[in-house]
Amino acid sequence: MAEPMKIRATLQGDVADVRILMLHPMETGTRKDSKGELVPAHFISSVIVTHNGKTVLDAQWSQAISRNPFLGLRVKGAKAGDRISVTWTDNKGDKRTDEVAVAAGS
Amino acid sequence: MNVLRRSFLKLSAGAGALTAATAAGLVTSGQAWAATWNKSAFESKAVADTLKSLGASNLIDSKDIVITAPDIAENGAVVPIAVTSKIPNTQSISILAEKNPFPLAASFDITSGGEGYVSTRVKMGQTSNVRAIVKADGKFYTAVKEIKITVGGCG
Repeated sequence: MAEPMKIRATLQGDVADVRILMLHPMETGTRKDSKGELVPAHFISSVIVTHNGKTVLDAQWSQAISRNPFLGLRVKGAKAGDRISVTWTDNKGDKRTDEVAVAAGS
Repeated sequence: MNVLRRSFLKLSAGAGALTAATAAGLVTSGQAWAATWNKSAFESKAVADTLKSLGASNLIDSKDIVITAPDIAENGAVVPIAVTSKIPNTQSISILAEKNPFPLAASFDITSGGEGYVSTRVKMGQTSNVRAIVKADGKFYTAVKEIKITVGGCG
């Protein structure tokens, strides 16, 4: 059910600029549907980004992150072809992992 | 016929074990999640309580933290915010929207190789100060920027 992420990692010098777009409803738990009933909270609570298997960013999120979340970060000491892997977990235990290779910068 | 029935029983028993294993797996992943997610910080409704839950005391105002965000955001549901910390050994960056129902929006732990920079998009209910809290070498630094919201995005 979890949709694939869009990840782009481009090299700028020795720093990889990583941009991640996740597809997720990110329900706050305070919104009401057309019948006036509260939509239960459903949001990504944890995102882990690894560079060649080593964790570089461990993020904890609340429901205040926008729908279809965007995350940008920079990884030092990266080389073209390095593996950047992203895993998110939401509050219902749903998970998704996607991996991408760092592309040489222009 | 009898043989078929035997094998069917075996198969279903196997499937049953598998389901049980998956259920057990789910339980453990749920527990792991609860351990890392800072529930008290995320569920605090006042900025002071959030700071306490994060363990952030003696905040130092720092010019080395730059919050990149629009001065006026038309749509409160999508407010792009980037935080850059030039403080050496930045360990974590937290983003708070002070007037949101739950102020803490996100907390990023940066480990070896990560640069003191994160960028994301948050929801904001109303015009408010956005505070970045950076932990470096056990000290807490902070910076604030006001973002005006035309249409709130917490509904």
